[in-house]
Amino acid sequence: MSAVAAAEVHEKRAGSAPRILVFSTNNISDPGIDLAGSQHMHYSPGVEVISLPCTSGIKPAWILHAIEQGFDGVFIAADGDECAYLPDCSKRASRIVGEAQALLQQHGHDPQRVKMAAICSVCAEPFTKHVQQFSATLAGLRSSGVQ
Amino acid sequence: MSERRIGVYICHCGGNISDYVDVDQVLAAVRDEPDVAVARTAMFACSDATQQEMVQDIEDHHLDGLVVASCSPKLHMFTFRGVAKRAGLNPYEYTQVNIREQDSWAHTDDPVGATHKAISLVRAGIARTRLTTPLEPVVVETTPKAMVIGAGIAGLRAAIGLADIGLGVFLVERDEQLGGWVGRFGEMYPHQRNGQELIATLVEEVRKRPSITVFTNAELMAKSGSFGNYLAAVRVNTNPPNLIQVEVGSIIVATGFDTYQPEVGEYGYGIEGVLTLPEFKALVDGTRGSLTYHGKPVHTIAYVYCVGSRQPGGNEYCSRFCCAATVHASLEVAALDKTVHQYHLYRDIRTYGKYELLYTESRKKGSVYMKFPDDTPPAVARDGAGRLTVTTRDTLTGGEELTIPADLVVLVTGMVPRQNDELMNVLKLPVGRDGFFNEIHPKLRPVETVVDGVLIAGACQGPKNSAESVASGLAAVTQSAAILKKGVAELDPLVAAVDADACTWCGKCLEACPYAAVEQITVDGREVAAISATTCKGCGGCVPVCPEDAIDLRGYTDAQIRAMIDSLVEEPVA
Repeated sequence: MSAVAAAEVHEKRAGSAPRILVFSTNNISDPGIDLAGSQHMHYSPGVEVISLPCTSGIKPAWILHAIEQGFDGVFIAADGDECAYLPDCSKRASRIVGEAQALLQQHGHDPQRVKMAAICSVCAEPFTKHVQQFSATLAGLRSSGVQ
Repeated sequence: MSERRIGVYICHCGGNISDYVDVDQVLAAVRDEPDVAVARTAMFACSDATQQEMVQDIEDHHLDGLVVASCSPKLHMFTFRGVAKRAGLNPYEYTQVNIREQDSWAHTDDPVGATHKAISLVRAGIARTRLTTPLEPVVVETTPKAMVIGAGIAGLRAAIGLADIGLGVFLVERDEQLGGWVGRFGEMYPHQRNGQELIATLVEEVRKRPSITVFTNAELMAKSGSFGNYLAAVRVNTNPPNLIQVEVGSIIVATGFDTYQPEVGEYGYGIEGVLTLPEFKALVDGTRGSLTYHGKPVHTIAYVYCVGSRQPGGNEYCSRFCCAATVHASLEVAALDKTVHQYHLYRDIRTYGKYELLYTESRKKGSVYMKFPDDTPPAVARDGAGRLTVTTRDTLTGGEELTIPADLVVLVTGMVPRQNDELMNVLKLPVGRDGFFNEIHPKLRPVETVVDGVLIAGACQGPKNSAESVASGLAAVTQSAAILKKGVAELDPLVAAVDADACTWCGKCLEACPYAAVEQITVDGREVAAISATTCKGCGGCVPVCPEDAIDLRGYTDAQIRAMIDSLVEEPVA
C-alpha cells in the first residue's frame, strides 16, 4: 500500500471504535452470533458480519482487502471441529490465517489485525468476549500508530 | 455489469428493529443508491400484506433483485425467496440482511451506532445483489426415516404419527422403560385419564407398528451428513455396548424436563413432611382410602406455589403447568377425603384456559387460597412442639400474618431444563436464557431449530403440560413429513464453479475436495478443472487454494465479497 493510501486508511479509522469484519459460517458460528443478539449481549456496532458456508472458503486476499479498505481487523468466527463439510477444517483455517498474516505483513500491516477463534452455534458469550478483546487489541494498535 | 433493478425493504419488526434502528434514516440513506428501483420500510416485512406488496413491486417495476433487511436469514430467508419465486424472480437474486439479531438486538445500548450499522449492512446487501445471477436448486433424494429421541408422551405420540404417515422410525430412549414422566403418573387433568394407562396405550400402539424400531438404554452419540440424509450413531448400553449406525432424514428431540429440586432448607425442604410437587403427586397417586404420610393421617395440607420459579437471578420463567397440576392434585385429595383442609399459598394462580374450571371446582370443594406478597414468601418450620407450620401473609385479608399448622407442606416446583450435555454436544442445538432448547420462531417455526432437519418437541423446549407436549410432537411429525414425504429436498445451488479460461489445471482443487466433486476435463485442447454441481457440497474449500483465483463459490463470489466489504466501510459506524 502506498503511503498516501495508508494515510487515507488511517484517516478512515481515526476517531471511531475499531471496525471489525467478522467472517462467520451459515450453520455454526452465525447462529452463535445471532444468539448473542437474541440475548441482548452488547458489542460494538463496528463489528459487522459476512457469513459464508465454511471457514475453509475464506480467501486470505479478502482479509487484506478488508484491512486496506478501512477495517481495523478481521475476526474469523470459525467452524472449528464442528464443520459439517470438512473434517480438517481447523487445519485449513489455520493455513488461511497464516497466509493472511503473511499477506498483511507484506503489505505493511500488523498481522495481529487478523484473529480466529472457533465459535459454535451456541457460543454467544464467547463471541461477545472475543470481539470485545479483539476490539481492545485493535484500539491499542491504533493508539500506538501501528498500521 | 448492466444496470440492475433492485427492490429494498427495511423492516421495523414491530419495534424489535425500529426501537433501536431509525429505519427511516436507513431508507433515506439507501433509496438513491445506484440500481435501487424501489425502497420501502415495512412494519412487518414477513406479513402477508407486505409480501404481496413485494410481489406487486417486483412485477410492476420489473425488479431483478430483492433485498430484505429484517431478521436472521435462519428465520425468513426462505420466506422471501418464496416471495421472489411467486413474482417470477429467481429466488437466488434475493439477499437477506440481518439487522435484528446482528444489529438492533446486539446494540440496544447504542441506537445511533445501530442505525449506521444498518445502513452499512443494507448497502452491503445491495452490493451483493448487484452481482447475483439466476440459479436453479440442486435436487437430492431424502431418507424416508426419522429418529425420535426420548420416549415420553411427546416422543411416543410423535413416533406413532411418523409411522402412520409412512416414515420409518427409530425411537431412542435413554431409560430402560418407555413413558417418561407421564408413565409414572396416576390421574391427570383435564380428562382424569390415568398417565400410566395413557402410556401403556401408546406403547401398545408403538408395538403394533413394525416400521418403528425401539432402542431402550440407548443414546445418540454422533450425527453426520446433512439435512434429509443424516447418519446417526446410537449407542445401546448393553454389555458390551453396541454401536448402531442408522440413516435418517430428520431427528425429533423430545427429551423432556427435570423438576426443580429445592436446596435443603429452601422453604423447609428437608424437614419431614415437606414434599415437592412430584413427590406429593406420587404419594396421592399411590393412595387408596384416606391420605396418610409415614403412617400418620393427613388432615391439613399447605401448598406453597412458585418454589424455584419466577425468581430473579434463578429460574425467572413461569412453568405454568404447576398451578393446574397442584389444583388438580388437591381435587384428588378432596376425592380421597373431603375433610382434609387444604391451604394454597400463591403468588398468582395461572390455571389458564379451561384449567380455570379446576380452580373454581377446588374452591367449591373447600380449598382456601391465600396470596402472599412477592417479597415476603411463606416460612416453613417445625415449631417447639414439633408441629410443622407455615407462616404467611395474606394480602387479600389486609396482609395479616397467619401461621398454619400442617401435616404436609407441598412445595409447588416447576420444570427445569434436563441436563444432557452429551446430546447437546452432538446436536449443537441452541438453548435460550432459560436453558431450554430454542425454536427458530415461537409462532412461525415453533418446532424447527437452526439445525436443518432437527426438530424439538415437548418440554425440552420449555415448560408444557402433556397435552401441549403431544401437540408439539405432532407438529414435529408434520414438519418431518413436509421434509421427507416429497422424497427429495431442494438444496441450494450455491456450489463452486471454475472459470475454465483462468484455470491452468494444477490439481490443487482436486486435492482440496474430499467429495470427489472435481474432475479434470479438456476444453478447447486445454486441461482444466470442472466441478460437479450435484457432488459439490458448497463448502468453498477449493476457493482459496486456487493459485489462479479461477474458482468462485456461487452466492459468495470473489466479486461479491469484495463489493460487500467496500460497501460496509462506506458508512462510518461507531
